[in-house]
Amino acid sequence: MALIDLANPTRFLSVTERVLPWLAAATALAFAAGLYLVWAVAPDDYQQGATVTIMFIHVPNAWLAMGVWTVMSIASIGTLVWRHPLADVAGKSAAPLGAAFTFLALLTGSLWGRPMWGTYWVWDARLTSVLVLFLMYLGVIALWRTVDDPARAGRAAAILTLVGAINLPVIKFSVDWWNTLHQPASVLRVGGPAIHPSILTPLLVMALAFGLLFVTLHLAAMRNEILRRRVRAMWLLQAHPAQGA
Amino acid sequence: MTALSALLVRDMRLAIRVGGGALMGVLFFLIVVTLVPFAVGPDLVQLRRIGPAILWLGALLACLLTLDRLLAADHEDGSLDLILMGGTPLELSLLAKAVAHWITTGLPLVIATPLLGLLLDLEPLAIGAVALTLLAGTPALTCIGLIGAALSVALRRGGLLLPVLILPLTVPVLIFGVAASNAAVAGPLSFGAPFMILCALTLGSLVLGPFAAAAALRHGLE
Repeated sequence: MALIDLANPTRFLSVTERVLPWLAAATALAFAAGLYLVWAVAPDDYQQGATVTIMFIHVPNAWLAMGVWTVMSIASIGTLVWRHPLADVAGKSAAPLGAAFTFLALLTGSLWGRPMWGTYWVWDARLTSVLVLFLMYLGVIALWRTVDDPARAGRAAAILTLVGAINLPVIKFSVDWWNTLHQPASVLRVGGPAIHPSILTPLLVMALAFGLLFVTLHLAAMRNEILRRRVRAMWLLQAHPAQGA
Repeated sequence: MTALSALLVRDMRLAIRVGGGALMGVLFFLIVVTLVPFAVGPDLVQLRRIGPAILWLGALLACLLTLDRLLAADHEDGSLDLILMGGTPLELSLLAKAVAHWITTGLPLVIATPLLGLLLDLEPLAIGAVALTLLAGTPALTCIGLIGAALSVALRRGGLLLPVLILPLTVPVLIFGVAASNAAVAGPLSFGAPFMILCALTLGSLVLGPFAAAAALRHGLE
């Protein structure tokens, strides 16, 4: 069982130390290939022109925005059910990354919307539910930053993450309902026709690149978090030398 | 059952007496609704159009205001530890506390709604619809808030954190509450469908809230 082997933070640190350079190299390679495909191979859209390039950044970020919450939910189950020692580390270091990806998805979508729909922001169902997702990421981060003790913060954040995971489909569904009530689906028909392979291939390569970027950054952030906790433990030991010895 | 009813009666008594602040929520509700015409102008036609939304938003904020007292007072004087150690399942105790909290803070909001609806020049039908949706929806707000209260009870700066955690989760309740109110007055859709979903949200949060809050308390206070 790889997960159980990695439960020991020291072993996790040594394994990731060896894996991380390779992951970083793979990320750089995937980005190079993806960007080459985007700029050299993928054609401009006949209607949207060069702005379709934004999609290759926007869509992977939007996928990751939802994917990272899934990672956090699995980590939360690990925290609450199995008390896996690295699970809350994984959950904590994933939250800012997820917030960043969600923010990038919103930002690129907004920049793309300006030339395409003529406005930076539309209260469309999809945009709104991603915005709520972003707020929930910020809530989890705020909870982590409010509690001093990492173990207690981890369990509280795990419960909040799982409640969020149950609520996210409900929010998505209700926002869809809300939108169909107020606004006919005339503005946003981006999906349109099925995607041609000349667009799909670069998109998938870019998605792979962003996925690798997340894994690399996540592992690096987890290492930092483990080291930060060790430093904290050392401080506490220094503060109480009699109990520590 | 006697332990639960004792807890229910005790919480309601504490809320009504001095320092309980049961009516603080209604006062806040009144102030919010009074402030809105200053912001959007005294045009009665416009106020009538956005009236249900104002009432729902005001009720949501008023619910939020009283939530941090839901568990904090018991945590301060130690009775929360007694509830945790008692023989009654923690989920049921928390549900009893949530019911008591709703009766003392949520129900007054519903009762005050018709009066505030008159201030916004709502028709009787609209007032009835808003009051009915608030009656069905505020228990969901209390139960979702119970989770936030349990998560933030032991924190020194919990009061500010609670709305940040809770408000995104209340989006569906707000949507369907306002949708049902508007549908009753003018909407092309029927009142029934969004109202049913609102009731479903309330029932779902009645189940989810106590369990998640109990888990948060068990993990947070040990």
